[in-house]
Amino acid sequence: MKQPPVPLLVEGRRADGRAPDQMRDVRISVGVISNADGSAMVSYGNTTAVAAVYGPREMHPRHLSLPDKAVMRVRYHMAPFSTKDERKNPAPSRREIEISKVLREALEPAIFLEQFPRSRIDVFVEIVQADGSTRVASLTAASLALADAGVPMRDLVIGVSVGLVNGVVVLDLNGLEDNYGEGDMPVGYMPNLGRITLLQLDGAWSRDRFAEAVKLAVKGAEYVYGKAREALKAKYFEIAEEVAK
Amino acid sequence: MASISPYGKRFISYIRQSQIRRLVGSGVRIDGRTPHQLRDVSIRTNVVNTADGSAEALLGKTRVVAGVKVGLGQPFPDTPDEGVLIVNAEILPHASPYSEIGPPDETAIELARVVDRGIRHSGFVDFKKLAIDQNKVYVLWVDLYVLNDDGNLVDAANLAALAALRSTMLPSAVKDEAGVKLDRNNKTALPSDLSKAPIAVSIGKIDSRIIVDPNLEEELSLDGRITITIAQDSIVSMQKTAGYFTEQELWQAVDLAYSIRDKLRDVLLKSLV
Repeated sequence: MKQPPVPLLVEGRRADGRAPDQMRDVRISVGVISNADGSAMVSYGNTTAVAAVYGPREMHPRHLSLPDKAVMRVRYHMAPFSTKDERKNPAPSRREIEISKVLREALEPAIFLEQFPRSRIDVFVEIVQADGSTRVASLTAASLALADAGVPMRDLVIGVSVGLVNGVVVLDLNGLEDNYGEGDMPVGYMPNLGRITLLQLDGAWSRDRFAEAVKLAVKGAEYVYGKAREALKAKYFEIAEEVAK
Repeated sequence: MASISPYGKRFISYIRQSQIRRLVGSGVRIDGRTPHQLRDVSIRTNVVNTADGSAEALLGKTRVVAGVKVGLGQPFPDTPDEGVLIVNAEILPHASPYSEIGPPDETAIELARVVDRGIRHSGFVDFKKLAIDQNKVYVLWVDLYVLNDDGNLVDAANLAALAALRSTMLPSAVKDEAGVKLDRNNKTALPSDLSKAPIAVSIGKIDSRIIVDPNLEEELSLDGRITITIAQDSIVSMQKTAGYFTEQELWQAVDLAYSIRDKLRDVLLKSLV
Protein backbone atom coordinates (compact mmCIF):
# COMPACT_ATOMS: atom_id res chain seq x y z
CA MET A 1 0.00 0.00 0.00
CA LYS A 2 1.29 3.42 -0.95
CA GLN A 3 1.85 5.75 2.00
CA PRO A 4 0.39 9.25 1.71
CA PRO A 5 2.68 12.20 2.59
CA VAL A 6 0.09 13.46 5.11
CA PRO A 7 -2.70 11.51 6.85
CA LEU A 8 -5.84 11.51 4.69
CA LEU A 9 -8.33 11.46 7.55
CA VAL A 10 -7.85 12.55 11.17
CA GLU A 11 -10.78 12.51 13.60
CA GLY A 12 -13.34 12.80 10.83
CA ARG A 13 -11.53 15.66 9.05
CA ARG A 14 -9.82 15.28 5.69
CA ALA A 15 -6.33 16.57 4.84
CA ASP A 16 -7.79 19.81 3.46
CA GLY A 17 -10.07 20.27 6.49
CA ARG A 18 -13.30 19.05 4.89
CA ALA A 19 -15.89 16.73 6.41
CA PRO A 20 -16.32 13.42 4.52
CA ASP A 21 -19.58 14.55 2.87
CA GLN A 22 -18.38 18.02 1.92
CA MET A 23 -17.63 19.31 -1.58
CA ARG A 24 -14.71 21.62 -2.20
CA ASP A 25 -15.55 25.20 -3.14
CA VAL A 26 -17.68 24.96 -6.33
CA ARG A 27 -17.41 27.84 -8.81
CA ILE A 28 -19.37 27.87 -12.05
CA SER A 29 -19.71 30.39 -14.84
CA VAL A 30 -21.33 30.06 -18.25
CA GLY A 31 -20.74 31.90 -21.53
CA VAL A 32 -17.01 32.20 -20.95
CA ILE A 33 -16.02 31.68 -24.61
CA SER A 34 -17.71 34.19 -26.90
CA ASN A 35 -17.04 32.32 -30.16
CA ALA A 36 -18.61 29.08 -28.97
CA ASP A 37 -22.34 28.38 -29.24
CA GLY A 38 -22.21 27.53 -25.54
CA SER A 39 -19.50 27.36 -22.91
CA ALA A 40 -18.90 26.91 -19.21
CA MET A 41 -16.10 26.91 -16.70
CA VAL A 42 -16.41 24.71 -13.64
CA SER A 43 -14.03 24.54 -10.69
CA TYR A 44 -14.14 22.02 -7.87
CA GLY A 45 -11.48 23.43 -5.56
CA ASN A 46 -8.25 23.50 -7.57
CA THR A 47 -9.64 21.43 -10.45
CA THR A 48 -10.80 23.58 -13.36
CA ALA A 49 -12.50 22.41 -16.55
CA VAL A 50 -13.46 24.64 -19.48
CA ALA A 51 -16.06 23.31 -21.91
CA ALA A 52 -17.11 24.67 -25.31
CA VAL A 53 -19.96 23.47 -27.48
CA TYR A 54 -20.22 23.96 -31.24
CA GLY A 55 -23.41 22.85 -32.92
CA PRO A 56 -25.72 21.39 -33.82
CA ARG A 57 -23.90 22.01 -37.10
CA GLU A 58 -23.32 20.26 -40.39
CA MET A 59 -21.56 16.92 -40.16
CA HIS A 60 -18.18 16.69 -41.84
CA PRO A 61 -17.30 14.33 -43.40
CA ARG A 62 -20.84 13.88 -44.63
CA HIS A 63 -20.79 10.09 -44.92
CA LEU A 64 -20.34 9.84 -41.14
CA SER A 65 -23.63 11.58 -40.46
CA LEU A 66 -26.61 9.57 -39.27
CA PRO A 67 -29.97 9.81 -41.04
CA ASP A 68 -32.06 9.65 -37.86
CA LYS A 69 -30.10 11.61 -35.25
CA ALA A 70 -27.23 13.93 -34.53
CA VAL A 71 -23.77 12.54 -33.89
CA MET A 72 -22.14 13.74 -30.74
CA ARG A 73 -18.40 14.07 -30.41
CA VAL A 74 -16.67 14.68 -27.11
CA ARG A 75 -13.04 15.43 -26.48
CA TYR A 76 -11.64 15.43 -22.96
CA HIS A 77 -8.10 16.73 -22.85
CA MET A 78 -5.63 17.80 -20.19
CA ALA A 79 -3.38 20.78 -20.83
CA PRO A 80 0.35 19.94 -20.54
CA PHE A 81 0.68 22.37 -17.61
CA SER A 82 -2.38 21.13 -15.74
CA THR A 83 -0.63 18.55 -13.57
CA LYS A 84 1.46 19.01 -10.43
CA ASP A 85 4.42 16.86 -11.44
CA GLU A 86 6.06 16.67 -14.87
CA ARG A 87 4.65 18.23 -18.03
CA LYS A 88 1.90 16.06 -19.43
CA ASN A 89 2.48 14.99 -23.01
CA PRO A 90 -0.25 16.78 -25.00
CA ALA A 91 -0.79 13.75 -27.27
CA PRO A 92 -4.06 12.07 -26.30
CA SER A 93 -3.40 9.24 -23.87
CA ARG A 94 -5.38 6.02 -23.60
CA ARG A 95 -6.86 7.44 -20.41
CA GLU A 96 -8.08 10.58 -22.20
CA ILE A 97 -9.58 8.54 -25.04
CA GLU A 98 -11.47 6.36 -22.55
CA ILE A 99 -12.70 9.40 -20.62
CA SER A 100 -13.86 11.08 -23.84
CA LYS A 101 -15.92 7.96 -24.54
CA VAL A 102 -17.51 7.69 -21.10
CA LEU A 103 -18.29 11.42 -21.04
CA ARG A 104 -20.00 11.18 -24.43
CA GLU A 105 -22.03 8.22 -23.18
CA ALA A 106 -22.90 10.17 -20.04
CA LEU A 107 -24.18 13.16 -22.04
CA GLU A 108 -26.02 11.33 -24.84
CA PRO A 109 -28.94 10.18 -22.64
CA ALA A 110 -29.62 13.84 -21.78
CA ILE A 111 -29.85 15.19 -25.31
CA PHE A 112 -32.64 15.01 -27.87
CA LEU A 113 -30.22 13.91 -30.59
CA GLU A 114 -33.14 12.69 -32.75
CA GLN A 115 -34.20 16.33 -33.25
CA PHE A 116 -31.07 17.03 -35.34
CA PRO A 117 -30.65 14.32 -37.97
CA ARG A 118 -27.54 14.43 -40.18
CA SER A 119 -25.85 17.01 -37.96
CA ARG A 120 -23.26 16.89 -35.23
CA ILE A 121 -22.76 18.40 -31.83
CA ASP A 122 -19.17 18.92 -30.69
CA VAL A 123 -18.21 19.19 -27.05
CA PHE A 124 -14.62 20.06 -26.15
CA VAL A 125 -13.44 19.98 -22.57
CA GLU A 126 -10.01 21.15 -21.51
CA ILE A 127 -8.60 20.58 -18.04
CA VAL A 128 -6.54 23.67 -17.31
CA GLN A 129 -5.74 22.74 -13.72
CA ALA A 130 -6.01 19.24 -12.25
CA ASP A 131 -6.41 18.28 -8.61
CA GLY A 132 -8.55 15.14 -8.73
CA SER A 133 -12.12 14.62 -10.00
CA THR A 134 -11.30 16.06 -13.42
CA ARG A 135 -13.71 13.87 -15.39
CA VAL A 136 -16.70 14.78 -13.23
CA ALA A 137 -15.88 18.50 -13.30
CA SER A 138 -15.67 18.06 -17.09
CA LEU A 139 -19.09 16.45 -17.17
CA THR A 140 -20.72 19.30 -15.24
CA ALA A 141 -18.97 21.84 -17.48
CA ALA A 142 -19.98 19.98 -20.66
CA SER A 143 -23.65 19.73 -19.72
CA LEU A 144 -23.76 23.41 -18.73
CA ALA A 145 -22.11 24.37 -22.02
CA LEU A 146 -24.75 22.35 -23.88
CA ALA A 147 -27.52 24.09 -21.92
CA ASP A 148 -25.87 27.45 -22.59
CA ALA A 149 -25.82 26.60 -26.31
CA GLY A 150 -29.58 26.04 -26.16
CA VAL A 151 -29.35 22.37 -27.12
CA PRO A 152 -32.64 20.72 -26.07
CA MET A 153 -31.97 18.55 -23.04
CA ARG A 154 -33.95 16.19 -20.80
CA ASP A 155 -31.98 17.31 -17.74
CA LEU A 156 -28.56 18.58 -16.77
CA VAL A 157 -25.96 15.91 -16.03
CA ILE A 158 -23.99 16.72 -12.91
CA GLY A 159 -20.68 15.00 -12.22
CA VAL A 160 -19.32 14.30 -8.74
CA SER A 161 -16.78 11.81 -7.46
CA VAL A 162 -16.90 9.73 -4.31
CA GLY A 163 -14.05 7.69 -2.91
CA LEU A 164 -12.95 5.44 -0.13
CA VAL A 165 -10.40 6.93 2.27
CA ASN A 166 -9.31 4.92 5.33
CA GLY A 167 -12.51 2.91 4.98
CA VAL A 168 -14.71 6.03 4.98
CA VAL A 169 -16.81 7.10 2.00
CA VAL A 170 -15.92 10.67 1.04
CA LEU A 171 -17.31 13.16 -1.48
CA ASP A 172 -15.33 15.00 -4.18
CA LEU A 173 -11.83 13.48 -4.11
CA ASN A 174 -8.89 15.83 -4.42
CA GLY A 175 -5.65 14.77 -6.12
CA LEU A 176 -4.10 13.49 -2.88
CA GLU A 177 -7.11 11.33 -2.02
CA ASP A 178 -7.30 10.12 -5.61
CA ASN A 179 -3.65 8.95 -5.48
CA TYR A 180 -3.63 7.41 -2.03
CA GLY A 181 -7.25 6.42 -1.31
CA GLU A 182 -8.52 2.84 -1.56
CA GLY A 183 -11.23 3.49 -4.11
CA ASP A 184 -12.61 5.97 -6.55
CA MET A 185 -16.07 6.25 -8.10
CA PRO A 186 -16.98 9.01 -10.56
CA VAL A 187 -20.73 9.46 -11.01
CA GLY A 188 -22.85 11.43 -13.47
CA TYR A 189 -26.40 12.10 -12.29
CA MET A 190 -29.53 13.71 -13.72
CA PRO A 191 -31.05 15.40 -10.65
CA ASN A 192 -34.61 15.77 -11.95
CA LEU A 193 -34.95 12.35 -13.57
CA GLY A 194 -32.91 10.39 -11.03
CA ARG A 195 -30.83 8.71 -13.71
CA ILE A 196 -27.19 7.70 -13.41
CA THR A 197 -25.45 8.22 -16.75
CA LEU A 198 -21.80 7.99 -15.72
CA LEU A 199 -20.60 5.31 -13.38
CA GLN A 200 -17.09 4.01 -13.06
CA LEU A 201 -15.48 2.43 -10.06
CA ASP A 202 -12.19 0.99 -9.00
CA GLY A 203 -10.61 -0.13 -5.77
CA ALA A 204 -12.20 -2.64 -3.42
CA TRP A 205 -15.75 -1.84 -2.32
CA SER A 206 -18.12 -3.92 -0.23
CA ARG A 207 -21.75 -3.85 -1.33
CA ASP A 208 -22.68 -1.67 1.67
CA ARG A 209 -19.91 0.85 1.01
CA PHE A 210 -20.94 0.99 -2.64
CA ALA A 211 -24.58 1.67 -1.75
CA GLU A 212 -23.45 4.37 0.69
CA ALA A 213 -21.25 5.88 -2.03
CA VAL A 214 -24.11 6.08 -4.56
CA LYS A 215 -26.32 7.83 -1.98
CA LEU A 216 -23.54 10.32 -1.18
CA ALA A 217 -22.91 10.97 -4.89
CA VAL A 218 -26.61 11.74 -5.42
CA LYS A 219 -26.56 14.14 -2.48
CA GLY A 220 -23.42 15.83 -3.82
CA ALA A 221 -24.88 16.10 -7.32
CA GLU A 222 -28.02 17.75 -5.96
CA TYR A 223 -25.88 20.33 -4.18
CA VAL A 224 -23.84 21.10 -7.33
CA TYR A 225 -27.08 21.22 -9.36
CA GLY A 226 -28.24 24.18 -7.22
CA LYS A 227 -25.03 26.04 -8.05
CA ALA A 228 -25.33 25.11 -11.74
CA ARG A 229 -28.86 26.49 -11.99
CA GLU A 230 -27.77 29.73 -10.35
CA ALA A 231 -24.91 30.08 -12.83
CA LEU A 232 -27.17 29.49 -15.82
CA LYS A 233 -29.67 32.07 -14.59
CA ALA A 234 -27.00 34.57 -13.59
CA LYS A 235 -26.03 35.02 -17.24
CA TYR A 236 -29.56 36.18 -18.09
CA PHE A 237 -29.78 38.47 -15.07
CA GLU A 238 -26.59 40.11 -16.31
CA ILE A 239 -28.10 40.58 -19.77
CA ALA A 240 -31.28 42.01 -18.21
CA GLU A 241 -29.23 44.49 -16.21
CA GLU A 242 -27.33 45.51 -19.35
CA VAL A 243 -30.61 46.14 -21.14
CA ALA A 244 -32.01 48.11 -18.20
CA LYS A 245 -29.06 50.49 -18.41
CA MET B 1 -7.98 15.42 -33.84
CA ALA B 2 -7.46 11.81 -32.99
CA SER B 3 -8.71 12.03 -29.44
CA ILE B 4 -12.21 13.01 -30.42
CA SER B 5 -14.30 9.97 -29.76
CA PRO B 6 -15.71 8.53 -32.96
CA TYR B 7 -19.32 7.71 -33.45
CA GLY B 8 -21.31 4.50 -33.61
CA LYS B 9 -20.33 2.69 -36.72
CA ARG B 10 -22.46 -0.18 -35.49
CA PHE B 11 -26.12 -0.14 -36.30
CA ILE B 12 -29.19 -2.32 -36.32
CA SER B 13 -32.43 -2.01 -38.24
CA TYR B 14 -35.40 -0.53 -36.41
CA ILE B 15 -37.50 -3.60 -37.13
CA ARG B 16 -34.91 -5.98 -35.66
CA GLN B 17 -34.37 -3.73 -32.68
CA SER B 18 -38.06 -3.54 -31.87
CA GLN B 19 -38.33 -7.33 -32.17
CA ILE B 20 -35.48 -7.82 -29.68
CA ARG B 21 -36.98 -5.29 -27.29
CA ARG B 22 -40.48 -6.75 -27.54
CA LEU B 23 -39.15 -10.24 -26.84
CA VAL B 24 -37.22 -9.13 -23.75
CA GLY B 25 -40.39 -7.40 -22.56
CA SER B 26 -42.14 -10.77 -22.58
CA GLY B 27 -39.26 -12.57 -20.83
CA VAL B 28 -37.52 -14.31 -23.72
CA ARG B 29 -34.60 -13.37 -25.92
CA ILE B 30 -33.78 -13.34 -29.60
CA ASP B 31 -31.51 -16.39 -29.25
CA GLY B 32 -33.96 -18.32 -27.05
CA ARG B 33 -32.30 -17.58 -23.72
CA THR B 34 -34.05 -16.47 -20.53
CA PRO B 35 -33.15 -12.98 -19.24
CA HIS B 36 -30.60 -14.22 -16.67
CA GLN B 37 -29.10 -17.01 -18.77
CA LEU B 38 -25.51 -16.96 -20.00
CA ARG B 39 -24.50 -18.28 -23.39
CA ASP B 40 -22.28 -21.39 -23.42
CA VAL B 41 -18.92 -20.55 -21.90
CA SER B 42 -15.74 -22.44 -22.60
CA ILE B 43 -12.16 -21.66 -21.71
CA ARG B 44 -9.01 -23.41 -22.93
CA THR B 45 -5.51 -22.63 -21.75
CA ASN B 46 -2.12 -22.96 -23.48
CA VAL B 47 -3.51 -22.37 -26.95
CA VAL B 48 -0.35 -20.58 -28.19
CA ASN B 49 2.95 -22.22 -27.36
CA THR B 50 5.16 -19.25 -28.25
CA ALA B 51 3.57 -17.17 -25.46
CA ASP B 52 4.53 -17.43 -21.78
CA GLY B 53 0.83 -17.96 -21.03
CA SER B 54 -2.27 -18.07 -23.20
CA ALA B 55 -5.95 -18.90 -23.24
CA GLU B 56 -9.01 -18.73 -25.42
CA ALA B 57 -12.45 -17.88 -24.10
CA LEU B 58 -15.67 -18.52 -25.97
CA LEU B 59 -18.89 -16.87 -24.86
CA GLY B 60 -21.44 -18.10 -27.35
CA LYS B 61 -19.91 -17.04 -30.67
CA THR B 62 -17.74 -14.35 -29.11
CA ARG B 63 -14.15 -15.51 -29.23
CA VAL B 64 -11.16 -13.89 -27.54
CA VAL B 65 -7.56 -15.11 -27.34
CA ALA B 66 -5.33 -13.75 -24.59
CA GLY B 67 -1.56 -14.05 -24.77
CA VAL B 68 0.88 -13.17 -22.01
CA LYS B 69 4.46 -12.24 -22.69
CA VAL B 70 6.79 -11.61 -19.78
CA GLY B 71 9.41 -8.89 -20.03
CA LEU B 72 11.72 -6.89 -17.82
CA GLY B 73 11.35 -3.25 -16.97
CA GLN B 74 11.40 -0.56 -14.36
CA PRO B 75 8.71 -0.32 -11.69
CA PHE B 76 6.33 2.63 -11.53
CA PRO B 77 7.81 5.29 -9.20
CA ASP B 78 4.85 5.07 -6.78
CA THR B 79 5.08 1.26 -6.49
CA PRO B 80 8.85 0.53 -6.54
CA ASP B 81 8.43 -2.96 -5.06
CA GLU B 82 5.81 -4.27 -7.49
CA GLY B 83 5.82 -5.78 -10.97
CA VAL B 84 4.02 -4.08 -13.86
CA LEU B 85 0.86 -5.14 -15.69
CA ILE B 86 0.13 -3.82 -19.19
CA VAL B 87 -3.12 -4.84 -20.84
CA ASN B 88 -3.76 -4.14 -24.49
CA ALA B 89 -6.75 -5.12 -26.62
CA GLU B 90 -7.15 -5.40 -30.36
CA ILE B 91 -10.49 -5.96 -32.01
CA LEU B 92 -9.25 -7.59 -35.19
CA PRO B 93 -10.75 -6.65 -38.57
CA HIS B 94 -11.85 -10.30 -38.65
CA ALA B 95 -14.10 -9.77 -35.67
CA SER B 96 -17.20 -8.19 -37.19
CA PRO B 97 -18.35 -6.12 -40.15
CA TYR B 98 -18.01 -3.06 -37.89
CA SER B 99 -14.33 -3.42 -37.02
CA GLU B 100 -11.72 -1.76 -39.19
CA ILE B 101 -7.97 -1.97 -39.71
CA GLY B 102 -6.02 0.46 -37.57
CA PRO B 103 -4.77 1.20 -34.09
CA PRO B 104 -7.09 0.33 -31.17
CA ASP B 105 -10.14 2.62 -31.18
CA GLU B 106 -11.97 3.87 -28.10
CA THR B 107 -13.89 0.59 -27.71
CA ALA B 108 -10.70 -1.48 -27.69
CA ILE B 109 -8.97 0.95 -25.35
CA GLU B 110 -11.91 0.85 -22.94
CA LEU B 111 -12.00 -2.97 -23.11
CA ALA B 112 -8.31 -3.20 -22.18
CA ARG B 113 -8.61 -0.66 -19.38
CA VAL B 114 -11.68 -2.28 -17.80
CA VAL B 115 -9.99 -5.72 -17.77
CA ASP B 116 -6.79 -4.11 -16.44
CA ARG B 117 -8.57 -2.40 -13.53
CA GLY B 118 -10.25 -5.63 -12.41
CA ILE B 119 -6.97 -7.55 -12.30
CA ARG B 120 -5.08 -4.68 -10.70
CA HIS B 121 -7.45 -4.16 -7.77
CA SER B 122 -8.32 -7.79 -7.03
CA GLY B 123 -5.02 -9.18 -5.73
CA PHE B 124 -5.34 -12.06 -8.22
CA VAL B 125 -1.69 -11.62 -9.27
CA ASP B 126 0.81 -11.08 -6.48
CA PHE B 127 2.68 -8.11 -7.94
CA LYS B 128 4.96 -7.88 -4.89
CA LYS B 129 6.52 -11.22 -5.92
CA LEU B 130 7.31 -9.78 -9.37
CA ALA B 131 9.98 -7.38 -8.13
CA ILE B 132 13.51 -8.59 -8.95
CA ASP B 133 15.68 -5.88 -7.39
CA GLN B 134 15.71 -2.13 -6.72
CA ASN B 135 14.93 -1.03 -10.25
CA LYS B 136 14.14 -4.22 -12.18
CA VAL B 137 10.75 -5.88 -12.14
CA TYR B 138 8.82 -8.34 -14.26
CA VAL B 139 6.47 -6.73 -16.79
CA LEU B 140 3.38 -8.75 -17.71
CA TRP B 141 2.15 -7.88 -21.18
CA VAL B 142 -1.38 -9.17 -21.61
CA ASP B 143 -2.66 -8.89 -25.17
CA LEU B 144 -6.34 -9.52 -25.75
CA TYR B 145 -7.17 -10.45 -29.34
CA VAL B 146 -10.82 -10.43 -30.32
CA LEU B 147 -11.28 -12.90 -33.19
CA ASN B 148 -15.07 -12.80 -33.34
CA ASP B 149 -17.32 -10.17 -31.78
CA ASP B 150 -20.80 -11.39 -31.00
CA GLY B 151 -21.23 -9.06 -28.05
CA ASN B 152 -20.07 -8.87 -24.44
CA LEU B 153 -16.38 -8.63 -25.22
CA VAL B 154 -15.51 -7.53 -21.68
CA ASP B 155 -16.68 -10.70 -19.92
CA ALA B 156 -15.03 -12.96 -22.50
CA ALA B 157 -11.76 -10.99 -22.61
CA ASN B 158 -11.61 -10.92 -18.82
CA LEU B 159 -11.98 -14.71 -18.58
CA ALA B 160 -9.35 -15.19 -21.28
CA ALA B 161 -6.96 -12.84 -19.45
CA LEU B 162 -7.44 -14.65 -16.12
CA ALA B 163 -6.92 -18.08 -17.65
CA ALA B 164 -3.88 -16.88 -19.61
CA LEU B 165 -2.30 -15.36 -16.49
CA ARG B 166 -3.08 -18.50 -14.51
CA SER B 167 -1.27 -20.58 -17.14
CA THR B 168 1.70 -18.19 -17.36
CA MET B 169 5.13 -19.59 -16.65
CA LEU B 170 7.54 -16.93 -15.47
CA PRO B 171 11.06 -17.16 -16.99
CA SER B 172 13.67 -17.00 -14.26
CA ALA B 173 15.66 -13.79 -13.92
CA VAL B 174 19.42 -14.31 -14.21
CA LYS B 175 21.81 -11.65 -12.95
CA ASP B 176 25.31 -11.17 -14.32
CA GLU B 177 27.73 -8.24 -14.90
CA ALA B 178 25.69 -7.07 -17.88
CA GLY B 179 22.53 -6.82 -15.76
CA VAL B 180 19.38 -8.91 -15.51
CA LYS B 181 18.22 -11.28 -18.25
CA LEU B 182 15.34 -13.69 -18.66
CA ASP B 183 16.05 -17.42 -18.98
CA ARG B 184 13.13 -19.00 -20.85
CA ASN B 185 14.55 -22.52 -20.34
CA ASN B 186 13.91 -22.21 -16.64
CA LYS B 187 10.36 -21.26 -15.70
CA THR B 188 8.13 -21.20 -12.62
CA ALA B 189 4.39 -20.59 -12.36
CA LEU B 190 3.29 -16.95 -12.06
CA PRO B 191 2.23 -16.32 -8.44
CA SER B 192 -1.56 -15.91 -8.51
CA ASP B 193 -4.46 -16.62 -6.17
CA LEU B 194 -7.52 -18.11 -7.87
CA SER B 195 -9.75 -17.35 -4.89
CA LYS B 196 -9.22 -13.64 -5.69
CA ALA B 197 -9.97 -13.93 -9.41
CA PRO B 198 -11.89 -10.82 -10.56
CA ILE B 199 -14.94 -11.87 -12.59
CA ALA B 200 -16.49 -9.31 -14.93
CA VAL B 201 -20.26 -9.52 -15.42
CA SER B 202 -21.92 -7.30 -18.03
CA ILE B 203 -25.56 -6.50 -17.63
CA GLY B 204 -27.95 -4.89 -20.07
CA LYS B 205 -31.22 -3.08 -19.59
CA ILE B 206 -34.20 -2.90 -21.92
CA ASP B 207 -36.96 -0.66 -20.53
CA SER B 208 -36.57 -1.69 -16.91
CA ARG B 209 -35.78 -5.36 -17.55
CA ILE B 210 -32.30 -6.59 -16.75
CA ILE B 211 -30.52 -9.18 -18.91
CA VAL B 212 -27.07 -10.79 -18.63
CA ASP B 213 -24.46 -11.43 -21.29
CA PRO B 214 -26.05 -9.39 -24.11
CA ASN B 215 -25.13 -10.58 -27.60
CA LEU B 216 -24.14 -8.13 -30.32
CA GLU B 217 -27.65 -7.44 -31.60
CA GLU B 218 -28.92 -6.99 -28.06
CA GLU B 219 -26.06 -4.59 -27.30
CA LEU B 220 -27.32 -2.44 -30.16
CA SER B 221 -30.84 -2.42 -28.69
CA LEU B 222 -30.14 -1.65 -25.03
CA ASP B 223 -31.23 1.30 -22.88
CA GLY B 224 -28.28 0.75 -20.57
CA ARG B 225 -25.25 -1.44 -20.12
CA ILE B 226 -22.91 -1.82 -17.17
CA THR B 227 -19.98 -4.09 -16.37
CA ILE B 228 -19.53 -5.05 -12.72
CA THR B 229 -16.32 -6.86 -11.72
CA ILE B 230 -16.34 -8.79 -8.46
CA ALA B 231 -13.44 -10.39 -6.62
CA GLN B 232 -14.16 -12.36 -3.44
CA ASP B 233 -16.94 -10.29 -1.87
CA SER B 234 -15.86 -6.89 -3.15
CA ILE B 235 -16.75 -4.91 -6.21
CA VAL B 236 -13.36 -4.06 -7.73
CA SER B 237 -14.40 -2.33 -10.92
CA MET B 238 -17.47 -0.92 -12.61
CA GLN B 239 -18.03 0.74 -15.94
CA LYS B 240 -21.31 2.00 -17.30
CA THR B 241 -20.91 1.73 -21.06
CA ALA B 242 -24.28 2.78 -22.47
CA GLY B 243 -27.48 4.57 -21.55
CA TYR B 244 -28.51 5.12 -17.93
CA PHE B 245 -29.56 3.32 -14.75
CA THR B 246 -31.78 4.49 -11.92
CA GLU B 247 -30.60 3.74 -8.38
CA GLN B 248 -33.17 0.94 -8.15
CA GLU B 249 -31.97 -0.64 -11.39
CA LEU B 250 -28.40 -0.36 -10.20
CA TRP B 251 -29.10 -2.38 -7.03
CA GLN B 252 -30.81 -5.02 -9.17
CA ALA B 253 -27.81 -5.14 -11.51
CA VAL B 254 -25.38 -5.54 -8.60
CA ASP B 255 -27.41 -8.38 -7.04
CA LEU B 256 -27.62 -10.16 -10.38
CA ALA B 257 -23.89 -9.65 -10.98
CA TYR B 258 -23.05 -11.45 -7.73
CA SER B 259 -25.09 -14.51 -8.69
CA ILE B 260 -23.78 -14.64 -12.28
CA ARG B 261 -20.24 -14.20 -10.94
CA ASP B 262 -20.57 -17.54 -9.10
CA LYS B 263 -21.51 -19.31 -12.33
CA LEU B 264 -18.66 -17.80 -14.36
CA ARG B 265 -16.18 -18.52 -11.58
CA ASP B 266 -17.22 -22.19 -11.54
CA VAL B 267 -16.61 -22.45 -15.29
CA LEU B 268 -13.22 -20.78 -14.88
CA LEU B 269 -12.18 -23.06 -12.02
CA LYS B 270 -13.28 -26.20 -13.89
CA SER B 271 -11.37 -25.25 -17.01
CA LEU B 272 -8.18 -24.60 -15.05
CA VAL B 273 -7.95 -28.00 -13.36
